[in-house]
Amino acid sequence: MKTRTALLLGSLSAALVAFALTSPRVVAADKVDPAADAKAFQNFFFQKFPNVKHEDFVNGPYSMNEDMRRQWQEKEEFPPYEFSLDAGKEMFSTPFKNGKTYADCFPNGGIGIRQNYPYFDEKEGKVVTLELALNRCREANGEAPYSYVKDEMASLTAYMAFTSRGKPFDIRIPDDPRALAAFENGKRYFYTRRGQMNFSCASCHVQSPGERIRAEILAPALGILNAMPIYRSEWSGMGTISRRFITCNSQTRAVPLEPQADEYRDVEYFLSYVANGLPISGPGARP
Amino acid sequence: MTSSIRVRATANGDITEVQALIQHPMDSGFVKNAKGELIPPHFIQELKFACNGKDVFVADWGPAVSKDPYVKFSFKGAKKGDDLKISWTDNKGASDETTAKIA
Repeated sequence: MKTRTALLLGSLSAALVAFALTSPRVVAADKVDPAADAKAFQNFFFQKFPNVKHEDFVNGPYSMNEDMRRQWQEKEEFPPYEFSLDAGKEMFSTPFKNGKTYADCFPNGGIGIRQNYPYFDEKEGKVVTLELALNRCREANGEAPYSYVKDEMASLTAYMAFTSRGKPFDIRIPDDPRALAAFENGKRYFYTRRGQMNFSCASCHVQSPGERIRAEILAPALGILNAMPIYRSEWSGMGTISRRFITCNSQTRAVPLEPQADEYRDVEYFLSYVANGLPISGPGARP
Repeated sequence: MTSSIRVRATANGDITEVQALIQHPMDSGFVKNAKGELIPPHFIQELKFACNGKDVFVADWGPAVSKDPYVKFSFKGAKKGDDLKISWTDNKGASDETTAKIA
């Protein structure tokens, strides 16, 4: 494994390193250019997998492996996230104790807007994710916030994603130095090695998508958030974006952060932005 | 409360293919919760599919079956429009049933 990683690093990363590590923190002359980053990121995957249709990247490992794809298509006739999706629909339309609903907190009543999250809030100077917005909505209406990792939060986001299926990710980075800093910070988090295994997010999801990691097929980083939330057979249940980040960290034996920590929201901002133009496919199912 | 049973039955000539997904925790009784207490056993013991009053598939289940079980089988002798009745009973005496039309 070690030598293979080294080989991979040597052979494949020339291009990658060129664009991934051009953000040395000491050179201030480098301007943050999200649009160029997104283009480079997408082109890297499009060139690496010339046979995968662009909009198919959002189907993660199923776009990389014929056998898994067949199993998935059979599963999609009877998707495992259905119970959660129905529960989410019901929760979404059930008023809070004060008579208000989730629809009152969101533009367009919360329907078909998932592709606009996360967004940069210029008043607050921070990235606001859909999960965070949902809990803020609950708290503003006198309800206790939900856990960020599964169950109710996964059901709610599943329903909101479902109403946005097919709509392309449309993440904006306003011309605000704080927004650019958040994007840059997310990118840095994504490419920084950490934990006992010394893995970065990119070690798996940029260098080795389509490769096996034990019995699993690694998903490409491009479009990885489009399918969220997901039902993972490994969890025998649903999980949110927060849960995915936390388990990724613990699987590489790094210390996970708190759900919705600044770094997680920034990395969500980065990953969603570079997937701009690819359709929302959530809720998804993964092995 | 929606039914705990999802079912899809399609007749293809003489053969009817049935897929069902049942929402159930299927606790084996051997797993501990976060506090270290055993989660008491709670699993489906009998699952039945009956078509035109005749049982076509009966399963005696125990703690070894996973959460939210998925079942797929096919049988002969039904036609489009027939009723397929699905029912389960668990070890706590809870049960649920639903009827689906064969498409």
